[in-house]
Amino acid sequence: MLKEKRADDVQAILAKYPTKRSAVMPLLYVAQQEYGYCDDNAIREVAELTELDPTEVKSVVGFYTMFFEEKTGKYVIEVCDDLPCALRGADEFVRHCEHKLGIRAGETTADGKFTLRTVMCIAACDRAPVAQVNTEYKYSLTPESFDKMVDDLK
Amino acid sequence: MEKHVLLRDLDIPNIREIDIYQANEGYAAWRKALTGMKPEEVMGVVKDSGLRGRGGAGFPAGVKWGFLPKDVFPKYVVVNGDESEAGTFKDHQLIAKNPHQVIEGVALCAYAVQASTAYIYLRGEFAEPAKVLQAAIDEAYAAGLLGNNVLNSGFNLDIRIHLGAGAYICGEETALLESLEGKLGQPRLRPPFPAVQGLYAKPTVINNVETLANVPPIVLNGAQWYRQFGTEKSPGTKIFCVSGCVNKPGNYELPLGQNTIRELIEMAGGTPEGRAVKGILPAGSSAPILPASALDTKLDYESLAAAGSILGSASFVILDESVDIVWAARKMVRFFKHESCGKCTPCREGTFWALRVYDKIVSGQGTQADIDALVDVANGMANKCFCLLGEFATSPILSTIKHFRADYEQFVREHQNGTADEYRDELLRDHAIQVSGQHV
Repeated sequence: MLKEKRADDVQAILAKYPTKRSAVMPLLYVAQQEYGYCDDNAIREVAELTELDPTEVKSVVGFYTMFFEEKTGKYVIEVCDDLPCALRGADEFVRHCEHKLGIRAGETTADGKFTLRTVMCIAACDRAPVAQVNTEYKYSLTPESFDKMVDDLK
Repeated sequence: MEKHVLLRDLDIPNIREIDIYQANEGYAAWRKALTGMKPEEVMGVVKDSGLRGRGGAGFPAGVKWGFLPKDVFPKYVVVNGDESEAGTFKDHQLIAKNPHQVIEGVALCAYAVQASTAYIYLRGEFAEPAKVLQAAIDEAYAAGLLGNNVLNSGFNLDIRIHLGAGAYICGEETALLESLEGKLGQPRLRPPFPAVQGLYAKPTVINNVETLANVPPIVLNGAQWYRQFGTEKSPGTKIFCVSGCVNKPGNYELPLGQNTIRELIEMAGGTPEGRAVKGILPAGSSAPILPASALDTKLDYESLAAAGSILGSASFVILDESVDIVWAARKMVRFFKHESCGKCTPCREGTFWALRVYDKIVSGQGTQADIDALVDVANGMANKCFCLLGEFATSPILSTIKHFRADYEQFVREHQNGTADEYRDELLRDHAIQVSGQHV
């Protein structure tokens, strides 16, 4: 349970806001760190901590793209293919990522290591093609640097 | 610029560390305000400076602060660091490289309106730069510049970071407030305006990161000093994000109204292989596209408006002659379809249908009538959406057809037998993701 396992974080988050409801997103991040994704158990725990109905918490999970409703790979690779990045070769780069990982964007490798997603603008258009690996920025990627990154994570 | 007002990390290495920031006039404005200025004096100097909101709307910041009722407490300062407009990456650099200037600006704003809590809302993808900002906030607390009874002034201030989780709509200020309250990020009906009933229904100032980063030098050096930069109606300097078809994409800080779009592109290294510029998006996907004939437009709010677009957040995406306009427009419409919050029908349905028509055209099934259908869909949305997202979504459609209708007609003609193979892979990917629930 988060309230035991991550007691300090939970308390610190709840103390940041005058209402418990405001803590729902930061607590979902904690749940996601612990469980990998926001499954029904995680949702029920966060609902209890914020004194919300689980349905309301689930609607928050569904609304925001960074909360995962299904199990993902250990590394979630998110490549921006929005217009500014695409003008600098992002679409071709995504094709390379798919080829390297042997999956299409939106899928997870069979070994459960990598999930590949395409995302909208992530505010780093000056260093395209750009990706995030578990929200860590990887700037100015090339097919070679992507391959090396993936091989290093394997 | 010779000496930056905002991107000071380009002049002073490691200014993100508090010692180096303080050795370079850092927190001098904060000390000056707390030890010798009344809150209304701080507000006054910001009003006199003419600083306009840098998030997009360009509304005078000091005037906005003045809308808060004096006698209602608590009040809140909320900082908009959602930075999600395609082509915008200025706040990213500010919080990652010059975070103390942002913190000092937040503090001065809080003092001016007498708020004792400020929330900095950062987009969830900024988890990494958020750590830099949090470390800077911690340093400021340790130095006695935040917290209780700051510098023995009797003023208390807490600054907290709140991370979003991937929703462009949260850059809309009332959607941001909803999100901060733990709800779906969907815009609120106005009035009441946030100044009167904002966060937790209390008086709230919401300013962009860059707007507040301007405040410390204004308070320290005065309104007249600030007005040496820029024009009468657009004072100060502004960060211009340049991306797309340029050799040196990046952030360029310039006095407003001094340079032209052409000069900005030159600063950014020109286009690849010196290709001709085809179109300019001055504020990402939200701004009407401008044709190359607008290259000599000056970089300020009034000039861009006169040219038929907006300065907005000044995120200049450059398209050169090699770019297929129909493909680019589809990318932008896909963005708005993905980011529509679903609250109002014109936006939710309009972006959905517009993307369907674009997909039809781009997959080589389009007809000339489909171009008019796009205009119909956009007109069905214009002035009918609950918030600006839906209105912005009509920009890429209407402005690209207005300026580049011949490109659309040619695309339809050349691909009428379903031969647009080069785009098939991309469309298939988007559709597969849509089915898998990533709501493209």
